[in-house]
Amino acid sequence: MTVVLAYAPGELGTASARTAGRAAALLGARVVIVNATRADRLVDPRWADEAELARVIEILDEAHVDHEVRHLRSGALPADVVLEVAEEVDAVLVVVGLRRRTPVGKLVLGSTPQQILLRATCPVLAVKA
Amino acid sequence: MDNLSALMDGFATVVQPAYLLYALFGVFIGTAVGVLPGIGPAMTIALLLPLTYSLDATAAIIVFAGIYYGGMYGGSTTSILLNTPGESASIVTALEGHKMARLGRGAAALATAAIGSFVAGTIATVLLTLVAPVMARWAVQLGEPDYFALMVVAFITVGALLGRSVPRGMVALSLGLFLGLMGTDTLTGQQRFTFGVSNLADGLDVVIVAVGLFAVGEALYVASRMRHGPVHVIPVEKGWRSWMKPEDWRRSWKPWLRGTVIGFPIGTIPAGGADVATFLSYATERKLARRHKDEFGKGAIEGVAGPEAANNAAASGVLVPLLTLGLPTTATAAIIIVAFQSYGIQPGPMLFQTQTSLVWALVASLYIGNLMLIVLNLPLVGMWVKVLQIPRHYLYAGILLFGALGSYALSFSPIDVLILLVIGVVGFFMRRYGYPVAPMVVGMILGPMAEDRLRRSLTISQGDLSYLVTSPFAATAYVSILVIVGLGLWLKHREKRANAELSRLGEEIREESQSQEVN
Repeated sequence: MTVVLAYAPGELGTASARTAGRAAALLGARVVIVNATRADRLVDPRWADEAELARVIEILDEAHVDHEVRHLRSGALPADVVLEVAEEVDAVLVVVGLRRRTPVGKLVLGSTPQQILLRATCPVLAVKA
Repeated sequence: MDNLSALMDGFATVVQPAYLLYALFGVFIGTAVGVLPGIGPAMTIALLLPLTYSLDATAAIIVFAGIYYGGMYGGSTTSILLNTPGESASIVTALEGHKMARLGRGAAALATAAIGSFVAGTIATVLLTLVAPVMARWAVQLGEPDYFALMVVAFITVGALLGRSVPRGMVALSLGLFLGLMGTDTLTGQQRFTFGVSNLADGLDVVIVAVGLFAVGEALYVASRMRHGPVHVIPVEKGWRSWMKPEDWRRSWKPWLRGTVIGFPIGTIPAGGADVATFLSYATERKLARRHKDEFGKGAIEGVAGPEAANNAAASGVLVPLLTLGLPTTATAAIIIVAFQSYGIQPGPMLFQTQTSLVWALVASLYIGNLMLIVLNLPLVGMWVKVLQIPRHYLYAGILLFGALGSYALSFSPIDVLILLVIGVVGFFMRRYGYPVAPMVVGMILGPMAEDRLRRSLTISQGDLSYLVTSPFAATAYVSILVIVGLGLWLKHREKRANAELSRLGEEIREESQSQEVN
């Protein structure tokens, strides 16, 4: 059994990692950490660096679960990347962080968690910071 | 003293709310493009030129001065926080600045860069205020052959020093000179290199060439590159208390002043503009550092303070030959000349007499722009870094649209847009094969001016070529070419060593980011 963690650096990402760890421990599953960038800009704050990934791995080690890192550069949207990985590993659960969005933000920008929530074929666990 | 009152008049013009807003707009745009690697002030001014035709000359020149200065400030931010210099004059800043940021002293590095830029910019503007009128008065006495000699100096130094390799710089320069020849001969009315195309009868518009080379060429180049993974920004502590500690002030003020002293004169002579000054300043600081010598290469604040001061001082210095002789020594200065020309103003020794209010408003706007930049830059670092998160396709699509719109607006002719695209493709191949585009633009702008001077001198001397070298000033200028080029190449050599250091650093970071990929 596999739990997919959609990870982006930050407090929310850390909280999601903790939740994913707990959920995976309960299910007796391993965790696949997914972090993706489209690499279409010079600076992408959602792209984790080594230290940040190490921190996630540490959290999962503390929860005593197996883990695997998928650190991907892909032209696809991050939501598609997460869903693709979820399908590939036949995930039983996807863990994703939800942040508050302003009305204007909702109007203008898309949302990775929303795409994952709506289109995932397995249950999705939404974490709030 | 009449200069002082003229300067005060300039201030009176600039503090009008409308002009203050123009200055703010200029420094804002300037900082943003300075922050973005690959997009510089020269390209921005070229892009904005067609759109500012509706403004009055003073407003347009104030905007351009703001962009010019803002670019210098913005470049340091990217250098320090990302190790990706935003523009060539900030390459040195990355050497020490990025190391400082890695050590958690990013705020101090940004502060010393900004305050140093402010100090140097202000001192250099004072020097500009004092030197330029004197120089203009002296320049009035120069004859036609003297001007021609000065332009030859500018050609050679720009061609030899603006790029990495001398032959390539010269090729780019010659290409620019050729493009400058196209169109109708002003003296005889003959058509030159128009290939019978009526649209070329007026010659190529410099704006189209500049936008094509800088904007379209760069956009194609970026599009052709493999996508590199995003770079990481080093977070900076919030709050002004962390900016500069007393120790930092103590270590910074001398490099600031030394940087100014190095930068301003280098800016005034045609020696490749601000980059050379920054390398020289870095070398000086490294040599002079006694107590902190071992810190160099590991994040010495002197290595940020000196070069940043030098680059802003040089930026002011560049304005001296620009305003007094009409001689551009950098690509940005060349575009500013085009801006002047588009308003029917020819920069030269007469500028201080015929366009007194415009010139002094420009100088006053430099003082005010400097003040605005330090206020804008330090507290808003977070926002400038956000500019880097703009996806490239939006950014470059916007630039291409702007460029195409601007070149169409020049004469409402679709042919101009086609020419823009052709020149853009040329620009792409030049970038791809390492030919600098700046000498080409300078050559195209300066070429017709030099031709004019040459033919007038030859008319005066009735075809006697020796007239060109017999004036003492011209003779000195030709001799000084050797000195400047020799000196410049020596500096370039040092620069290359520093560059090697820098690329090694870049290599390290690339390897790091590759090992980050755990697929």
